[in-house]
Amino acid sequence: MRRGLRTRLLGISGKVLVGLILAFIVLPAFVVTLAAFNDRAILSFPPAKYSTRWFTRALTYRDFQTGLWNSLVVTAWASTIALGVGTGFAIALKRYSFRLKATLEGVLLSPLIVPHFTIGLGLLVLATGIGAARGFSVVVLTHVIVVLPFVIRSVYISLQNIDERLELAAASLGARPGRVLSTITLPLLAPGLVSGWLFAAILSFNEFTASLFVTGQATQTLPVAMYGYVREFADPTLAAVSVIYIAVTALALTVANTFLGLGKVLNVEQGR
Amino acid sequence: MLSKAADLSPPASLPGAAVTARPAPAVRLDGVVKRFGTVTALEETWLRVEQGEFLTLLGPSGCGKTTLLNLMAGFLEADAGEIFIGDDLVTATPPYEREIGIVFQNYALFPHMSVAKNVGYGLRMRGVPKREIAERVAEALALVKLSGFADRSPRQLSGGQQQRVALARALVIRPKVLLLDEPFSALDKNLRGAMQVELKEIQRRLGVTTVFVTHDQGEALSMSDRIVVMSAGRVRQVGTPDQVYRHPQDRFVAGFIGDVNLLPGRLETRAGERATVAVGGLRREVEAGSLGACAAGATVDVFVRPDHLGVRPAGEAGTLPARVAALVYQGSHIDLHADLHPDLAGGGRVVVRMPGHGALATYAPGTPVGLLVPQAGLVAFPPEP
Repeated sequence: MRRGLRTRLLGISGKVLVGLILAFIVLPAFVVTLAAFNDRAILSFPPAKYSTRWFTRALTYRDFQTGLWNSLVVTAWASTIALGVGTGFAIALKRYSFRLKATLEGVLLSPLIVPHFTIGLGLLVLATGIGAARGFSVVVLTHVIVVLPFVIRSVYISLQNIDERLELAAASLGARPGRVLSTITLPLLAPGLVSGWLFAAILSFNEFTASLFVTGQATQTLPVAMYGYVREFADPTLAAVSVIYIAVTALALTVANTFLGLGKVLNVEQGR
Repeated sequence: MLSKAADLSPPASLPGAAVTARPAPAVRLDGVVKRFGTVTALEETWLRVEQGEFLTLLGPSGCGKTTLLNLMAGFLEADAGEIFIGDDLVTATPPYEREIGIVFQNYALFPHMSVAKNVGYGLRMRGVPKREIAERVAEALALVKLSGFADRSPRQLSGGQQQRVALARALVIRPKVLLLDEPFSALDKNLRGAMQVELKEIQRRLGVTTVFVTHDQGEALSMSDRIVVMSAGRVRQVGTPDQVYRHPQDRFVAGFIGDVNLLPGRLETRAGERATVAVGGLRREVEAGSLGACAAGATVDVFVRPDHLGVRPAGEAGTLPARVAALVYQGSHIDLHADLHPDLAGGGRVVVRMPGHGALATYAPGTPVGLLVPQAGLVAFPPEP
């Protein structure tokens, strides 16, 4: 009997713990969402009166509009370029052994260690030196560097899940290396490429620290515009932007899940 | 090296040359060596695979059999020696130009293609017209009895069916050589036997030269025209299943192919190809070829198959004294384990395979018995160094 009681108590406290952890994870989003609907012009919680006027302001505020557009442009370019470059590197790292391979690997993964502000500052100094400071190309380049390790990792893991014998079988059946790549390797790699691109896009869209250094008034991305806003105003507009952010990301993931299967896209399942 | 090949395969323009000379083998390895770093995976190997032959590379893992297969397929490059497929020197030819078919242990079916697309892959790579591809794919699927499965995905097939698809995919390109890399080891036991019979039937019908890699001696004995027994990167013996089973050339082959007992013996006389050995009080004639440099009076190990031994009442003339240690029920037969009398060079455990189940009632552990050693079929080797 005692034993049964103890087991039950343990079971209940386990469930409570899991519930608390989950609550803790969604808490910020919950608080911000409520704050966004606050009618008063200060960021406070809980709101006394509800309104959607901060959403209207967020959507019509000029800096946010250009910021969103800039972010979309930078994200699209950066994640696409990173995907191309990263796939090439991932294939090279997986398939070939060459001198300085370990060094190359270290350099490619170094943005995981080097702080983003260092990358941003370095590129700012460099861009100023060649007279291209605060242009779009520098912003895109910064984002490519920041997201590249994640793309390489994602593609590399997908490559590891491809049975090398499939490529050998194709070769024995008369396929030249180029055709093995186009008919076997790349189709099997597709889920990895999609997930790599998606990771890169999410990271790039949220990137703030490095962007702060390399963007100017005309090229500022949405997170930078939000930072500029919060330094001047303290109304719930930012909370409204956050809610929009969450909604858009959730929508993108839902679409990806519907058309590709989330498990596949996020590499949770092994794509066999 | 090139001129040597020309010597062996007569020019086609010579009338009658093809009749008198030995036809070019389907595959020929001339002194092929493969090293991985400092490890020699395959020592210098000379081998001929005849046209239409079913040749098995047999050995434990790490013996070099898969390396040899990969060299034939072109997945690995030889460090020395030459490889010929038919009359063509292919030592440096990439796999996509060798015209070989290969079936892997895990079948390696392309998961993103239907069964028909898998089978037709090699034909598409060769630029065969669409209509002919459809015909030949249908033919190949009929050959492996999978006609209704063309539109399925490999994922929807059982292991045996996947193997048939892999076989059809390899055969549809009409390969010069079919390479099989342990194709049965992923199948369960019942299916394995049926697939072996079926594969052998297809191979015989098409007459396609086949090189089969396995570590399973039963598979090798039942399917092969010839067996190449390998260990530690070396070819130990090449011969028909009967030759390697009944006349093993060394201890490794004797021990690896089939079950075997070791009896302590002494070499009495040796003359030409024959020799006489004494086992306890018995005298038996053996072939001298396997005895190496042993001289009369030397200790030798005498190998005998469990099904060649017999059991008699203790003390019967012409038997070896032993004591029953255990009886192991095996379904179709009984394995009687017996300990030799300690006076016989320290004794030792032997296994006697007895058909039927009579032994279970007749012998109990501890019973003294006499072991009946056959007059012929013994093989003697020098003791292990």
